[in-house]
Amino acid sequence: MLRFISGKFLFMLLSMFLLITATFFLMNAIPGSPLQGEKATSEAVQKNLEAYYGLDKPLIVQYGKYLENLLHGDLGISMKMKFRSVDKMIAESFGPSLRLGITALITSVVVGCILGILAAMHHRKLLDNLAMTIAVIGLAIPSIVLAPTMQYFLGTKLGWFNVAGLDGPLDYVLPTIALASGPIAFIARLLRSTMIEVLGSDFIKTAKSKGLSGYVIVVKHAFRNSMLPVVTYLGYLTAGIITGSVVVENIFAIPGIGKHFVTSIIDRDYPLIMGITIFYAAILMLTRFLADVAYVLVDPRMRSGGKVGK
Amino acid sequence: MSSTHELSKMRSDELTPDLFEKLDRDDVRVDTVSRASLTAWQDIRMRLTSNKLAMFGFFLIIVMVLLAIFMPFIWPFDHYTNNLTNTNKPPDAKHWFGTDDLGRDMFERVWMGARISLFVGVAAALIDLVIGIIYGGIMGYYGGKIDEVMNRFAEILYSIPYLLVVILLLVVMEPSLTTIIIAMSITGWVNMAWIVRGQVMQLKNQEYALASKALGAGEMRIIFRHLIPNAMGPILVTLTLTIPNAIFTEAFLSFLGLGVQSPVASWGTMINDGVGGLFYYPWRLFFPAIFLSIVIFAFNVFGDGLRDAFDPKLRK
Amino acid sequence: MKGKFKQSAKFLSILVIAISMLLSACTNNGDKPTANEGNTNASNEETKAPQEFRFTLGSNPPSLDPALMTDAQSSIVAAGLYEGLTRLNTKGEPENAIAQDITVSEDGKTYTIKLRNDVKWSNGDSVTAHDFEYAWKRALNPETASEYAYMLYYLENGEKYNNGEATADEVGVKAKDDYTLEVKLYAPAPYFTSLIAHYTYLPVHQATVEAAPDWASEAKSIVSNGPFILTSWAHGDKLVLEKNPNYFNKDAISFDKVTISIVVDNNTVYQMFETDKIDWIGAQAGSLPADLTQQLIKDGKAEVTPVASLYYYLFNNEKPPFNNVKVRKAFAMAIDRQSLVDNVAQANQQPAYGMVPPSISVPGGQDFREAYPDNYFTDNVEEAKKLLAEGLAEEGLSELPEITLLYNTDDNHKKLAEAIVDMWRKALGVEVKLANQEWGTFLETRKAGQFDIARSGWGADINHPINFTYDLIHSKSGNNDGRYNNPKVDELLNNSLVAETSDKSIQMMAEAERIAIEEDMAALPLFYYTTVTMLKDGFTGVVSDYAGHLDWVHGSKQ
Repeated sequence: MLRFISGKFLFMLLSMFLLITATFFLMNAIPGSPLQGEKATSEAVQKNLEAYYGLDKPLIVQYGKYLENLLHGDLGISMKMKFRSVDKMIAESFGPSLRLGITALITSVVVGCILGILAAMHHRKLLDNLAMTIAVIGLAIPSIVLAPTMQYFLGTKLGWFNVAGLDGPLDYVLPTIALASGPIAFIARLLRSTMIEVLGSDFIKTAKSKGLSGYVIVVKHAFRNSMLPVVTYLGYLTAGIITGSVVVENIFAIPGIGKHFVTSIIDRDYPLIMGITIFYAAILMLTRFLADVAYVLVDPRMRSGGKVGK
Repeated sequence: MSSTHELSKMRSDELTPDLFEKLDRDDVRVDTVSRASLTAWQDIRMRLTSNKLAMFGFFLIIVMVLLAIFMPFIWPFDHYTNNLTNTNKPPDAKHWFGTDDLGRDMFERVWMGARISLFVGVAAALIDLVIGIIYGGIMGYYGGKIDEVMNRFAEILYSIPYLLVVILLLVVMEPSLTTIIIAMSITGWVNMAWIVRGQVMQLKNQEYALASKALGAGEMRIIFRHLIPNAMGPILVTLTLTIPNAIFTEAFLSFLGLGVQSPVASWGTMINDGVGGLFYYPWRLFFPAIFLSIVIFAFNVFGDGLRDAFDPKLRK
Repeated sequence: MKGKFKQSAKFLSILVIAISMLLSACTNNGDKPTANEGNTNASNEETKAPQEFRFTLGSNPPSLDPALMTDAQSSIVAAGLYEGLTRLNTKGEPENAIAQDITVSEDGKTYTIKLRNDVKWSNGDSVTAHDFEYAWKRALNPETASEYAYMLYYLENGEKYNNGEATADEVGVKAKDDYTLEVKLYAPAPYFTSLIAHYTYLPVHQATVEAAPDWASEAKSIVSNGPFILTSWAHGDKLVLEKNPNYFNKDAISFDKVTISIVVDNNTVYQMFETDKIDWIGAQAGSLPADLTQQLIKDGKAEVTPVASLYYYLFNNEKPPFNNVKVRKAFAMAIDRQSLVDNVAQANQQPAYGMVPPSISVPGGQDFREAYPDNYFTDNVEEAKKLLAEGLAEEGLSELPEITLLYNTDDNHKKLAEAIVDMWRKALGVEVKLANQEWGTFLETRKAGQFDIARSGWGADINHPINFTYDLIHSKSGNNDGRYNNPKVDELLNNSLVAETSDKSIQMMAEAERIAIEEDMAALPLFYYTTVTMLKDGFTGVVSDYAGHLDWVHGSKQ
């Protein structure tokens, strides 16, 4: 097991290095510069700025310097937010996104699973159609429409919620719905689809013939056996949802990390681009690794590490 | 019970080699379970066509495609001429879906937009399907180092900031539908591949896959003939999610200048534009959104029907 | 297992960041509600008696260090935090602030500025002439890498020092004693008293700056001298300013507390205003949703204020067909500007037929456009058609080559571009393609001259026509991306900088503008910006200044 995990980490390290390299050269390849504004600055000012940020050196030297700093745990300072260190910017903005993301994640899993189970148990009956209609609406209405609609009706018109901010527990409600509606729909549909199969399989039929009730069968047997695609989905959804959504953050004025994924690139804020890319990738690799571990919990036969094909 | 009884009875008899006849392996598709009357595809088609809801979804898709193709030719307005004295007008007998903020006819624009959105949605879904299944199938089946390397590669692709990739594409390619499809294909398939990988990893340990392998079936045959069809449920669900995703990604790409340039607008673009006037000119958002919902509904019920048709366990 | 981890410090550091954040976020989760309840209670009590003013900004201020600021958001906050030698009133005219008396030498090149002696830094130190000398030289110091250093190029040897060709001692600013500042300019600049109101000329506290380069990025380390003190700065979320009890002119200040929230989405800003979370929208401090402005103006709920900014399109003067003046004129005249403003831009903007906006005034207070009206051309479709035909004939073209209009990604720019392309189609029968690019790519493409027509906008740094003439139509200007080049215009503009009197200088700039537009149609002016603002009842003295920036410092609530 130890060798297995350390092996995985070596691979992750290697791919992190490749990702850093690819992103570094990609961001330098695209047009635009962090030092460019609408108003042209004099050549001297431009030179001073380049020297200040080390952009006057050859790209490969900049790259080496970046790796060296990174080895010392230094992600550099933002070029847009003067003198703000990238790790501090990430740490500050990750808090709200994480809190909101975990809330949305739990909501998605709970609601999605309930809808999916109900739909599967009543396959092609009223409850199924109802649950799936909700799911289709969740897929068809993007957060860019859902969020302002809720904000207007539930916030401004009815006054139930604050239209912006993330101060009290109530403030989590609207952004959570906006973030979770898509995942709820997807989880419900995934679970329904596999559970219908599982419910039709022999071992469930056996359980039924033993006289077990429908709910007991679902909870004891079918649910765990149907969870695999949901676990896969959670493996990459988690990374996405806890690192925020620029749309939801902008609409509800949440000081989260999601907007950095867009603004850092629009601003060509090189150190911040690198910082959040590394940060996101680390989380993604971690959550996907956890999903792989969770596979075994769902289906113990997968423990063998998948060598059957050999 | 009865089979065990027979087995024990057989055992009691003397077994001599001359009781057996040697078969040439190549003559027999050992892993094929023959069902006399129908081929697999005939069977699937039969069960699909008998599913009324699925056929309704299919019908809706066809209607949408036909409307998108022909409506812009028939309708008396074009999608680009401004009428600045007639902006933001609600639906009436002349402009069925009202007019937008530059006085353009929304009905015409919705069907022009349908062409782009339907094409992009379906094309992106098909590309994701093909790449995702192959990549995910191989990852999941072989496991070990192959899985590790392919998995990490997918994670790298998935982690590179998409906006950077889009801006780079914008520099090297002309804005067009092809460019959009390319931009979507770079990372769009990764989700599908991961879903397929998970399913294949689970299914390959099941009895029928082991049996098939024991009977000497080729690896590719096991993956694509046995494992993938059994993973069709999650695959089709993921696919039906890909379509709305692709439609909104197209809007994002067009906004960045990569895709179809205004005055042509896709549903995604129209929805994005309509959000600003949501509470004042709701028809600008409502019509593209409602048709998008219909299409997603149609694909979902059709996808469900396909899933049921593919599911070997539901065979009667 | 830990031993294996240690193989790489790099991965560990990343992992640790991730996990520690996870943990700290979880603990925060527990504390948060109580901390915030405390805040809300406090603010509820405060709103009764003390005066609070609340507004939004579209982005976190990148810096509150005067030498490093470049944007409107930062300058709106800085206006409350810092006090300069002069301060512009709402009309954009300079009034003495820390300066008590300003005398100018005969040749207009030497300014002797007497300072008040009762101005204090927020840490109790006195604000002296030395602070100004230090601040200005610091902004010019190449090592500071200030983007707006060029604002100080008016000082003798200012540019040379910034280029590394002169020493700090040679720069034309010197503290004669604690309260006397002597400034030497390289050429007379009649608008210098306006210039020193600009944020790049604000003083900084030397000991603070030298102690930590990031002094201006956290509330607790900022040492300021203005009417307000920054008491908290949650980055990306909220800034809170409170009245400075030691401000020398504190009787002129009414607000006790100012809360600035960072809100990106226009619609959210409006919903916050409707639910009484903020008191102001507009003038770079939040803006109204575009689909709403016209109705709000009509209902009298929102106010329109002209802004010293120009919305225009650049012609690529070097590339066919727009190297031909008649073709340029044809495209400029084929647009119905009034219709564009009324139906598309929709904020009562004024159609532009010149470059200098109406809210720019000349020294003395008169509006520039009153003396020199922008009647350089008219919207005239018939004339445009004729000119296009003639222009094409001159170039030996039977029809126009493919033309693309390039704009930066934005809903409003898109809408305007679509409307203008449609006007060209109807008036001239030409088909112009649209292309958009995101900001960074757009700037580079435009700078490289890889366009036929490109969107542009220009705002004022100081209240003077030089902003819109020298900067935009001089062939040597770095902002002349259309590569317009007329030696006659260059000569007029060069001479205007060294003219004996201010009147003559202005006259030469006006003549340069006339030639560039009336004769050459160097660019395609569309309209002069306005800003649409909303203010809650009961507030007075909160306005949009001449440049369209919120001026809130002297506001009050009844």
